[in-house]
Amino acid sequence: MTRPSDHIDSVDRADKGPVVGLGVSGYLRWFWRQLTSMRVAILLLLLLAVAAIPGSILPQRTSDPNGVSLYQTQHPDLFKVLDAFPIQAFNVYSSVWFSSIYLLLFISLIGCVVPRIKHHWTAMRSRPPRTPARMRRMAGFVETELRNEAASMEDARAVAERSVESAQLILKKLRYRTEIYRNGNEYSVSAERGYLRETGNLVFHSALVGILIAVGLGGGYGYQGQKLLVEGESSVNSLIDYDSFNPGRFFDDSSLTPFGVRLDKLDVDYVSPDDGNLAALGQVQDYTSHVTVFDTDGTTRKDTVKVNHPLRLYDTNVYLLGNGYAPKITVKNSEGVVVFQESVPFMPQGTDLTSLGIVKVPYGLGEQIGMIGFFYPTQVKLESGAYASNYPDLVNPLLTLEVYQGDLGINDGTPTSVYALNTDEMTKIAGRNVEGAPTLEMRIGDTVDLPNGMGTVTLDEVPRFVSFDFHHDPAQIWVLLFAVLATLGLLSSLFIPRRRVWVKAIPGEGGVCIEYAALARGDDPTLGSAVSAIAEKHRATIG
Amino acid sequence: MLENIEQYSQLSLFSALFIYALAFIFFAVDLANRAGEDGVSIVAATRDGVRRNSKAARIGFSLTVLGWAFHLSATVLRGIEGGRVPWANMYEFALTATLAIVTIFIAVQFVYDMRFLGTLISGLVLVFLGVARMNFYVASVPLPPALDSYWLVIHIIVAVLAVGFLTLSFGLSVAQLMQSRRERLVAVPAVGVSAAGSAAEASSNGATLTATKAPASAIPKSPFKFLRSFPDSAALENLSYRMVIIGFVFWTFTLIAGSIWAEHAWGRYWGWDTKEVWTFIIWVLYAGFIHARATKGWRGSRSAWLSIIAYSAVIFNFTIVNVFFKGLHAYSGLS
Repeated sequence: MTRPSDHIDSVDRADKGPVVGLGVSGYLRWFWRQLTSMRVAILLLLLLAVAAIPGSILPQRTSDPNGVSLYQTQHPDLFKVLDAFPIQAFNVYSSVWFSSIYLLLFISLIGCVVPRIKHHWTAMRSRPPRTPARMRRMAGFVETELRNEAASMEDARAVAERSVESAQLILKKLRYRTEIYRNGNEYSVSAERGYLRETGNLVFHSALVGILIAVGLGGGYGYQGQKLLVEGESSVNSLIDYDSFNPGRFFDDSSLTPFGVRLDKLDVDYVSPDDGNLAALGQVQDYTSHVTVFDTDGTTRKDTVKVNHPLRLYDTNVYLLGNGYAPKITVKNSEGVVVFQESVPFMPQGTDLTSLGIVKVPYGLGEQIGMIGFFYPTQVKLESGAYASNYPDLVNPLLTLEVYQGDLGINDGTPTSVYALNTDEMTKIAGRNVEGAPTLEMRIGDTVDLPNGMGTVTLDEVPRFVSFDFHHDPAQIWVLLFAVLATLGLLSSLFIPRRRVWVKAIPGEGGVCIEYAALARGDDPTLGSAVSAIAEKHRATIG
Repeated sequence: MLENIEQYSQLSLFSALFIYALAFIFFAVDLANRAGEDGVSIVAATRDGVRRNSKAARIGFSLTVLGWAFHLSATVLRGIEGGRVPWANMYEFALTATLAIVTIFIAVQFVYDMRFLGTLISGLVLVFLGVARMNFYVASVPLPPALDSYWLVIHIIVAVLAVGFLTLSFGLSVAQLMQSRRERLVAVPAVGVSAAGSAAEASSNGATLTATKAPASAIPKSPFKFLRSFPDSAALENLSYRMVIIGFVFWTFTLIAGSIWAEHAWGRYWGWDTKEVWTFIIWVLYAGFIHARATKGWRGSRSAWLSIIAYSAVIFNFTIVNVFFKGLHAYSGLS
């Protein structure tokens, strides 16, 4: 049996350590036997489970990049230690230590499965083994006597042969593989079934290797890009058009199919006061982004992207992941010349869509101007005097802006986030705590003056924006395929009983004694009843 | 008259809680009776039950079925109130998951008599349901778009079925550990050893188990007296294993269905989100348990501990991870 030496069903062998004096190859062989043993497989499984825990406690770059930057600002010193090479606490699942655990586990798995495949291949093509001499010791043993005092030994032998043949027929019908043996006077049929149990086991483990490979290849050749589109804007599937782009290791940018997508409109369906469910007021029921797709052959068509319903285009899937408001703001200088006009995406701060946004006007107003804005889709005044939004749709929209003057920090060429304003080198010239220049407030269509006669700010309209994710994973269908295969393998390896059944007929003076017994190979809760059912059926045919 | 469906659901839920509490009491009385039974030590029970269940156990079980009916109606009414499946936030998920636990507990009795787990199951469900009602209750609201998918139905049904089977296996493993401790202490007289040994052998072969009577005088003082009428530790381990393999298959379905849904909703089938991580951890732990049973030196108490650890991870995944961990599965409905 090529099961691991510590498998519960394998024959006891003294588990020797490396024999002293055997040299390197002795040690290697010993090490290999250890690695492919069940004991080490269990330890590696437990280790894998434990190693996965830190990644659920600390933010991970792949799943929560904002959490990682937040952690970095809050614990700068600890962050450096945790992020350093062998610890890699923010990339747990691609870290050396996590990878080495699962790679060792897979090596152990392969080292265990390959010899078993070979062994199982031979077993499937060989005859069921000889009937044991003493059936009494086997599981589910029962016996029956066919008495006929007048019968000669010759007759009894004939009866024994016939009854074993009929037992063989019964077992064959039950999909057993059978073989008739004769040992002196005794006739017997040896039968085995449930080869699919081991087949399933091997398929399951091989499919896990398949999943690992497919996951690796998919990650290597795929990509993931993000693009934020305000209603009316469009984007092409090419590197320069993405806001951020994460290619796999083997990704080749010439493989990008140049289709385009325009966001025409985002429809949001809210639970409104008319729906009568106040507990759910303002909750989103449905998002539908209406898009125009520009196909590679130059044609265009309308389509939609919804949550849970991605748009599948040329092996690339387009997902609706985020949304919010992008107030269109126009800034004019004192002479009435437009120096800034953009729809600025404001980041939602909560379910009521109170949103925070940054406006940077580097040129045209003399000094550089930065503005920090809050947008309230349905503005209400709290008792404290502060503003809030109590409904996410545009019922009573208000934009407020605090104005800063100074250095935006963009002149030296270092990239800065469009969603953050560093006010270290700036002075607040309008806003809270500024004498004579309160925060600017405007509703849609309003124009208000900037302080010191610099110019004006207008809120033209408030379109919505959608942040789309574009994913391409060429191997994910293979991952699914292997997962299904693994499940099928698992089902047959756990629930198909593998058992041997024997029926033996022993002719004697004046009768034949028929014995039935079985042997379970693996967990087999119904073995006993299976044997008695076979015996029952057999008695009926020979009786 | 009550005003709306939700109030009927609540009434039904509180009735279920009350009845489960009664069931718990009767099951506990049954355990106490088992401890008091003299003279006969039944080492193993068959599927047909060597030891007939006591009156208290039968009343406890009937009450569990009655409580289950109220529990079911509370859950169904909650679903009707929301006009959707009743598992979209933590309260509802607890409602459905505990319903699945009781459903599986009742259903399994048709195959294996596990009424001796009644105290544990009714107690566990009572605590889970009570805590969920007190701490996680939220008013019924429509599904957010992210949950509005038929995968919500598939993914959660397989998950709660898995939890149901794994809960039984947890109970069996706890009983197994106590039983094997008791067996070690009782096994001092030679008679006891051979009897327990042959029963263990028979049960591992899947054959009908035999009841062994030993004179009361042969048994020294032993802990957990009520376990004398429980199956022996080997039989408990077999049962626990059989529950785990069913639960494990459902858990595998949960993982795969969840991945397919994650691909539809979030654009990737696997992203090491906290809930994904814990689902993976649980899968790996139970895989470890299944291997442990086939490994020399791991069968027995060690594998029972693994089963208990793995089940703790299931509970951790539902409670701590849902409430305190940040992630995409933030559907507790609590703020």
